[in-house]
Amino acid sequence: MARALINVPKAAKRGQVIEIKTLISHIMETGFRHDDVGQPIPRDIITDFVCTYNGEQIFRADLYPAVAANPFITFFTVATESGTIAFEWNGDNGFHETESVQIMVE
Amino acid sequence: MRDSIKGTTRRELLGAIAGAGIASVIRIEPSRATPTSMKAAIRNVVGEAAVKKGKVHIDVPPLVENGNTVSLTIEVDSPMTPKDHVKAIHVFNELNPQPNVISAHIGPHAGRAKISTRFRLADTQTIVAIAEMSDGSFWSASADVVVTLAACLETL
Repeated sequence: MARALINVPKAAKRGQVIEIKTLISHIMETGFRHDDVGQPIPRDIITDFVCTYNGEQIFRADLYPAVAANPFITFFTVATESGTIAFEWNGDNGFHETESVQIMVE
Repeated sequence: MRDSIKGTTRRELLGAIAGAGIASVIRIEPSRATPTSMKAAIRNVVGEAAVKKGKVHIDVPPLVENGNTVSLTIEVDSPMTPKDHVKAIHVFNELNPQPNVISAHIGPHAGRAKISTRFRLADTQTIVAIAEMSDGSFWSASADVVVTLAACLETL
């Protein structure tokens, strides 16, 4: 079970631009390395990340092996209404992880 | 008296061992993305559209000690209104095994066209960021990064 850390302000004013920070534990094995007997190590990365705000997609990213281990991604959004901000990561070998946070908008 | 094994001096033997060491280091290097493959990857994203310089700002350390984790921030000048906003930010590199780094899809609801992440660098090279605008235009910026300890090359 991967561990995800999300940093979103608990409360915001309507129309305020807020920063969303996400970090998930994952090795992001590139598939370009070899082990100590010369065998290639198969690729194991997160390939896409989606963030939705009350069901509407606000951010999506395609990740490649060049993204460092434990992918850290930050982005911005406008606080429109109170509700749920949900995060979803998908990757190789059926990797799937979700996380969600609540935000209060006045 | 000479220290020799079947006519080979100690100096020659040590030289041969050192040479073999260098040869094996060269052999384990993986195939790399080249500036040409980066151009191809960029063409894949922008198609036939022209890519103009400007509007995009890359914040990346100019000198990196460890290529395994390099912080990267891309910001694009845009009002981020429904009529005029950034649709996507793509990041490319020249010399990693693959030219793509990340493609982030945003929209007018982002409020601010700015993303941060951490990525890997296999060598001293140039990073290119391209912003795709809502009017179909593409803007780019590039940054040079010097890497002292490369990622991707070491074995486990």
